[in-house]
Amino acid sequence: MSSYTYRHYPYTRPAELDGQRTRRPVVIVGAGMAGPTLALALARRGVPSVTLDEDDTVSLGSRSICQAKHSLEIWDRFGVANRMAEKGITWEQGEVYLHDKPVFRFNLQPEPGHKFPAFVNLQQYYVEEYLYERCLADSLIEMRFRNKVLAVTPGPDGVAVEVETPDGRYTLEADWLVACDGVRSTVRHLMDLPYPGEVFHDRFLISDIRLLSELPKERRFWFYPPFHPTNSVLLHRQADNVLRVDFQLGSDADPEEEKKPENIDRRLRQMFGPEARWEHEWTSVYTFTCRMMERFVHGRVIFAGDAAHVVSPFGARGGNGAIADVDNLAWKLAMVLAKTAPVSLLDSYCSERRAAAQENILNSTRSTDFITPKFHASRVFRDATLSLARDFPFARALINSGRLSVPTVQPDSPLDTPDGDADWLRGPGPGRAMLDAPVGRDGSGWLIDRLGPGFTLLTFGETDVPVGDLPSGVTGVRIAGDGLARQRYDGRPGTTYLIRPDRYVAARWRRFDAAAIAAAIRRATGNG
Amino acid sequence: MADITTGALRRTLNLARPDDVYNAIVDAHRDLSEEQCRAFDARLILLLANHVGDEAVLREALRAARETMEET
Repeated sequence: MSSYTYRHYPYTRPAELDGQRTRRPVVIVGAGMAGPTLALALARRGVPSVTLDEDDTVSLGSRSICQAKHSLEIWDRFGVANRMAEKGITWEQGEVYLHDKPVFRFNLQPEPGHKFPAFVNLQQYYVEEYLYERCLADSLIEMRFRNKVLAVTPGPDGVAVEVETPDGRYTLEADWLVACDGVRSTVRHLMDLPYPGEVFHDRFLISDIRLLSELPKERRFWFYPPFHPTNSVLLHRQADNVLRVDFQLGSDADPEEEKKPENIDRRLRQMFGPEARWEHEWTSVYTFTCRMMERFVHGRVIFAGDAAHVVSPFGARGGNGAIADVDNLAWKLAMVLAKTAPVSLLDSYCSERRAAAQENILNSTRSTDFITPKFHASRVFRDATLSLARDFPFARALINSGRLSVPTVQPDSPLDTPDGDADWLRGPGPGRAMLDAPVGRDGSGWLIDRLGPGFTLLTFGETDVPVGDLPSGVTGVRIAGDGLARQRYDGRPGTTYLIRPDRYVAARWRRFDAAAIAAAIRRATGNG
Repeated sequence: MADITTGALRRTLNLARPDDVYNAIVDAHRDLSEEQCRAFDARLILLLANHVGDEAVLREALRAARETMEET
């Protein structure tokens, strides 16, 4: 039924089956969105990896469809983001309806001057396909399809992984194992690690359909629409004229009954009118779940993405959170492997990404509570907000049908150096993601394209700073003249930002001070 | 009143004609069912909360409302 043709990626008999025993620096379990992104981020730093996946194809179903700006910026370094943006649907507009009437429209990116839009809607299978292609073309990355993990034996300075293939079993030795194997993580189960959290009662029915007529690009959210009068409905467009229709079912619904094509069709017919024609692509019922592991790093085994934390989907924080995880992890792991940072640097992966997961869980829980109020007064206030929204603009801001997924704030990270100067009017402070801006003589370049693979020192003013005095591997970017970059960073002559490899600001100063910069880099790499 | 320290929330009279305002609030609920009263109050609270704008004042008012309830 799917408009997408699933290709089967080739299985190759692993050399270990014929007696090879080469210890690998990094073994990644799971070839979803996070695993291949991690493999590419490591390869960019010269670290080879082996990715194990029990399957041999991409995501079954569209699943994570909203690819946020910060994920696209990460993927852009591997040269795949433009392809995703071209294939996907770029949307910035959204519209909220109450009953049968529009309440208000919103624009997610009112600010121009960024290389990538706020979101691109693209099915997860395309994202994975493009990432796989890049991985398969990279000599440092080995993708082992139909390689299923059977056992994990952690040791003091490594991990042994027992793997099953169509040709038999073998053992793979690794310095580090990264589990990117999703919410039902095999590695987590094998290590018998708890996954505490909360499961909510409300169910949602996802129906992906291919509509055989044009539709507006915007996201639409209905509260109490005539075609589903007791609940809410979300409509999102994806590539290939595929629409995601997300029906809230409520806690008493029978998912098997609701999943029947004739029941879905009846609602869709009311929604799209008598003339519309469509084909079913994929149907799934899900329950809101919020869970998080107590630690993401267990000796030499590291958990990332849905394997480590899971949120309800409103707000697009699952897939995008996973990409941010592995981007945070890759440079740290590469430095630890190169012995330019202590193993304890990985503690900051756990603390920073746990704080991020908490922020994501808070945000998506608030959206969930707005969409599916959990007690009577909550529903009364929700409905009051909706009915005020048409005439009172303030109430529109309170309508929470999923907040924009933006990079989380990492407050008080031990890697960051707090502000010493007090005169910052704006600009991303330590613990915040850097901001893109047009740069270059005619403003045709982008700041994100100038960042190095390691630390970047961003300076403002007309004179070059002695970047040569800094530790090796630091990329210098100087912003001259008056432009958006200067505004966004509150840049004055001498203003200096130290940007981490994962694009978070580690420190900033009003004057160039080589000693302070070197100290901040030591601190940001766990060498302080 | 227990444990409500003086903060951002005004505790002394701020209305020129307190009886008129009080009765206006009560009268606005006349003829509403219990459920309609809840819906009405929710709208009123949201409108006033936005007008007040000061989160510290609102949080203190929320605490005060809740704590005085526990005394009854």
